[in-house]
Amino acid sequence: MTLTEAAPAIRLTGIEKWYDAGDAAVHALSATDLSVADREFVVLLGPSGCGKTTLLRMVGGLIAPSRGELMVEGVQLWAGEERRSEAVSELGMVFQDANLYPWLSVEDNIALPLELKGMGKAPRRAKAHELCALVGIGGFEKRWPRELSGGMRQRAAIARALSYNPKILLMDEPFGALDAMTRDAMNLELQRLWMETGKTIILVTHSISEAVFLADRIVLLSPRPGKIDSIIDVPIPRPRRGEVQATPEFQQIALSLRQRLSEIS
Amino acid sequence: MTDMTNTTDLPPAPAPPVSQARNRRRIRDSLLPWITTPLLLFILIATWHVYVRVSGISPFILPAPDTVWTEWLRLMTNPRGWNHTYWTLYATLTGFFWAILIGVSLGVLIARIRWLEVTLNPFIVATQVIPKVALVPLFVVWFGFGVTSKVIVAAVLAFFPILTNTVLGVKSIDEGHRDVMTSLNATRWQIFRRLELPSALPYIITGLEVGIVLAIIGAIVGEYLGGNQGLGRMLIERMNAFEMDEMFAVLIHMSLLGFVLYFSVGALRKLLTPWHASAK
Repeated sequence: MTLTEAAPAIRLTGIEKWYDAGDAAVHALSATDLSVADREFVVLLGPSGCGKTTLLRMVGGLIAPSRGELMVEGVQLWAGEERRSEAVSELGMVFQDANLYPWLSVEDNIALPLELKGMGKAPRRAKAHELCALVGIGGFEKRWPRELSGGMRQRAAIARALSYNPKILLMDEPFGALDAMTRDAMNLELQRLWMETGKTIILVTHSISEAVFLADRIVLLSPRPGKIDSIIDVPIPRPRRGEVQATPEFQQIALSLRQRLSEIS
Repeated sequence: MTDMTNTTDLPPAPAPPVSQARNRRRIRDSLLPWITTPLLLFILIATWHVYVRVSGISPFILPAPDTVWTEWLRLMTNPRGWNHTYWTLYATLTGFFWAILIGVSLGVLIARIRWLEVTLNPFIVATQVIPKVALVPLFVVWFGFGVTSKVIVAAVLAFFPILTNTVLGVKSIDEGHRDVMTSLNATRWQIFRRLELPSALPYIITGLEVGIVLAIIGAIVGEYLGGNQGLGRMLIERMNAFEMDEMFAVLIHMSLLGFVLYFSVGALRKLLTPWHASAK
């Protein structure tokens, strides 16, 4: 252990979530500890009801934890029910639905965060243009979101999350609504983006192959109440290509995940 | 910057060549009203004309279309006619303006603040259930025979559909769209300006379309009951003087005014919400 070891990008200590459901409280996530290193790619995997989305939304500042401490880039994110805005600005969220605003063009959607931060129109447009090229939708800046395919919309949503250059990307089943072929292509793209931009990424999925393909570490969650079941390292070298799914190493990790998932769900 | 190499995620392919039959149908649907509307209008007027001629009905009950047409042309060239038109238009648009201002802002507040909705709802329903036209004499007593009472009647009638549609619009905002604003740390004003207003706009415009029609009704009913200005007043005067052809001309003039206002508001839909399915 050296003194210069970097602080984790995200650290959860005893984070817990209860939901009110009429007279009974639902235990969505029991006390959870987790550290995510800078530039790490962590995938949260688990069956539905395991609290993986709840966990991500707490890290993203969308719902307050009932208990525990959540540090983002060394800043405490939640003070009770209140969010600390300086911590939120290091976070970029990508949702299962692209959630683009239909009344804005693609470039205005991508530049929306910059507009909210008060950046002028010309630099905003220039940045949106650059981001469109980065995520592979160059030439579609002036289109309406409805004119794009599902995969392209999700690319635009990623560009929007990257626009203000947050250190951390939080992705909630970003490719869950896409067909299998588009999904594989998007996984390759995401890996490339991650390697090019040096972001820390936490991604939620219930696809085993997506998890193994993308992750440095897979956090497997089990349901009722949601808790971390195990954490699996994925030592497959990068950049991983589509064919990696056929290697024995990949297959073996996927198989053991599948077995464990069927035991806990 | 890497270029895209995959082929599985292409944009939607350009539409295949539309079949001849579909093309024909589209042309037919867009041209049809331009033929049928004048045709139906012609049939209506011709029936009216023939009926007046054949039945020998008294012109005090139903004047012939050609005399109505002459009277309408006289109305159009008469500065007094335009003066009345001006006052009706003024009362309608001023009332409509206040209805929009109060209806939209109150609607946004009600949709956002739960306790406000619970508190105000019984009163809003009550004001809606009361036949507001019955209150017009009261408004005349309170606000006089001048244009103010007409403006208020127009505003009161137009207010409700604008309010309810605004509430519906703001409440229908996609939760995911809200999440985006929350995750971007947007202020309340930014959320209103960049999300709630544009998202609710198609609903608000529907409210405006209903509202403008009610505003005209309000202004004219207000004019019936008091004062000496406006098309409503003019209509009553003509009726009392048994000048039926002129009364019909005023009636047609009012209808045309209604058409113009209604379609102007409708044009807002294409102008302000070109992205929305309702604009097609």
